[in-house]
Amino acid sequence: MTTSNPLPPKERMRIPRQRMPEQPAGERRENFAEVNLGLSAALAHQEALRCLHCKSHHCFTGCPVGVKIKDFIELILVGDFLGAAAKIREDNVLPAITGRVCPQEDQCEGCCILGKHGEPLAIGYLERFVADYERQTGQVGLPPKAPPTGKRVAIIGSGPAGLSAAGDLAQRGHQVTVLEALHEIGGVLIYGIPEFRLPKQIVHEEVENLRRLGIEFRTNVVVGRTVTVDELLGEEGYDAVFIATGAGLPVFLNIPGEHLCGVYSANEFLTRVNLMKANQFPAYDQPIYDCRGKAVAVIGGGNTAMDAVRTALRLGAQTATIVYRRSEVEMPARIEEVKHAREEGVQFLTLANPVAFLGDDRGWLTGLKCQRMTLGEPDKSGRRRPQPVPGSEFEIPAQVAVVAVGNQGNPLVQSTTPDLKTNPLGYIEADPDTLRTSKRGVFAGGDIVTGGATVILAMGAGRKAAQAIDEYLKNGKW
Amino acid sequence: MFPIVEARWLAPEVKLFRLRAPQIARKRQAGQFVIVRVHDHGERIPLTIADSDGDTITIIVQGVGKTTRLLNSLETGQAVPDVVGPLGRPSEINYFGTVVVIGGGLGTAIAYPTAKALKFVGNRVLSIIGARTRGLVILEQEMRAISDEVFVTTDDGSYGEKGFVTDRLRTLVSGDSPPDLVLAIGPIPMMRAVAEVTRPRGIKTVVSLNPIMVDGTGMCGGCRVVVGGKALFACVDGPEFDAHQVDFQILATRNAMYREAEQRALAELQAHAADPHVCRLTQSHPEILRSADSPT
Repeated sequence: MTTSNPLPPKERMRIPRQRMPEQPAGERRENFAEVNLGLSAALAHQEALRCLHCKSHHCFTGCPVGVKIKDFIELILVGDFLGAAAKIREDNVLPAITGRVCPQEDQCEGCCILGKHGEPLAIGYLERFVADYERQTGQVGLPPKAPPTGKRVAIIGSGPAGLSAAGDLAQRGHQVTVLEALHEIGGVLIYGIPEFRLPKQIVHEEVENLRRLGIEFRTNVVVGRTVTVDELLGEEGYDAVFIATGAGLPVFLNIPGEHLCGVYSANEFLTRVNLMKANQFPAYDQPIYDCRGKAVAVIGGGNTAMDAVRTALRLGAQTATIVYRRSEVEMPARIEEVKHAREEGVQFLTLANPVAFLGDDRGWLTGLKCQRMTLGEPDKSGRRRPQPVPGSEFEIPAQVAVVAVGNQGNPLVQSTTPDLKTNPLGYIEADPDTLRTSKRGVFAGGDIVTGGATVILAMGAGRKAAQAIDEYLKNGKW
Repeated sequence: MFPIVEARWLAPEVKLFRLRAPQIARKRQAGQFVIVRVHDHGERIPLTIADSDGDTITIIVQGVGKTTRLLNSLETGQAVPDVVGPLGRPSEINYFGTVVVIGGGLGTAIAYPTAKALKFVGNRVLSIIGARTRGLVILEQEMRAISDEVFVTTDDGSYGEKGFVTDRLRTLVSGDSPPDLVLAIGPIPMMRAVAEVTRPRGIKTVVSLNPIMVDGTGMCGGCRVVVGGKALFACVDGPEFDAHQVDFQILATRNAMYREAEQRALAELQAHAADPHVCRLTQSHPEILRSADSPT
């Protein structure tokens, strides 16, 4: 593809990476409005000019769903923003979402040639820009749909894996029903990721776009309870099932005092605010412990921990502290999230591991007893293993603690589908290429197979599943 | 939307609803519950399924906080926006021999379906219905229909025997043929007291716990209870547990976690309801007056 970029490559490389306009840190820590404000058309054009349009286009290979990045950048350069959005939609049904929450630094941008000598192209910002432009014009370029195949697919879970599979399957002409246990569609995009990173209105709009593709959404259906996988394939008449239930079973620390009032799992803390809008109590009925003026400690170093600690600040916490057992280098959270958290006033207590929650005689949390850690030899994850320093116990005050150390596979579907193989951690076993499970007609992908990962990896699994389900529905071979 | 096909008061603040919910009705077993949300800004609360019949499920609601009172303001022909279930593990229904079923207050509504199922498989069912006063005794006829014997106790002696359910239980367990199983469902102090009566005699005792829940699918962990020293999730591991293993103190403490917020929400609801001129309640929650069948 030729480019309409008027600049020679050397000049392109002189343009600095455009900065994302943000709400000032001092203001945003007081509200739930979005932190990143998005690029203007002028900034987007300026950024797009930096693209080298290299033949190798590593960016494309770095994208879990294979967005044709070079092509959509080119469309930005010629000013066809709607065309650019439609180009992304060919491979990514949720561009306004991934433009906000993808860890681009590890994916497309991590592969960008520009990054070898300076800063990579801001592909995420540009994706977000065209997706927002498209939303604001109201002219969403839905991809074309193949003629109806007469085949029906049930998708369990309406998070990123489920939505992405639903979009691809609907485009291939299959009739898709998405089953969701909660009362709103979107899974972790609704209950997990906070408003200040991903406004819920955007999720609603993307779900509406999928509805317009003919996808049916059913809330309040807990597969494994309301209906089983066998019933979906039997009397309900579905030809295939895709399990995309996510990793919804919180891991606790199993240390003394974890039952104290004021100790939350990140899932509960975030669900109360994001799904149930407890930050707007009493206009909304679901309460959350009043964090105003309190010390809040969040245990963990991932994106969920960052979401929880920044939520605590916005709920009025006097101090909001990340307690992490390794050092900052090993933190799995995105660099941007850590940076935003620090700017907003989050404190970081690293190389510290809680060994007990401390409470008063009324059963309320008063603090954490922690242990100093030191880093030893690398473990299986390649990160240096934290080891306790003997005799180093110390206490920090906390009236609220949020445990954000990961999830296990929620067993509701597996335990009611006897011929579905799981691994010792409770995740479903699926073929890495076809996402086929041990049960005919049943596919699984996303966090319920891999364990907790990212939105885009789940979407990638959804795409892969859609491809494999489409093949299975066409040839009937297992 | 889940249409209400029947709504009637059983006692002051206690109302029975039959909801059309075919998928749940077909699936539900004794001991399971649903989570409901009453309006767009509503919280999610768990309610035990008291019965089912064809396409409908029965829930019995005691108006104590904002959500339960809003629910109890609904009438036949209206609808509940969100009902999900059946959730939780079903009760263990086996032939045990003689079973004592104890329902304290609203607990009778929760115990009833399990008592009925235990009777159905051939157990001898002795039921104790406890209430503060005569007007709060619920489901007596229903319990009589599925029990070999029914004892009613009231705290004030206005009906049945004067005293607590544990007074009657003590008599039943100290005879020559003590029961093989005791099922006790009611306020936490009652369940704890029952556990202490049966513990020294080693009688298997089951309680149904009612911790605060959000999603009801194991996702949030808010409903964790300490049983035998281990943290378990009432929504997926329960709600029924071995009474002799449950830490009732932790349950009671955790259930009081939002008491201030709950009182505030209720006070605001009552302030709205008391205003004779403008019904702000229906302005803030218009859907509660929306008929299930109306095209709006």
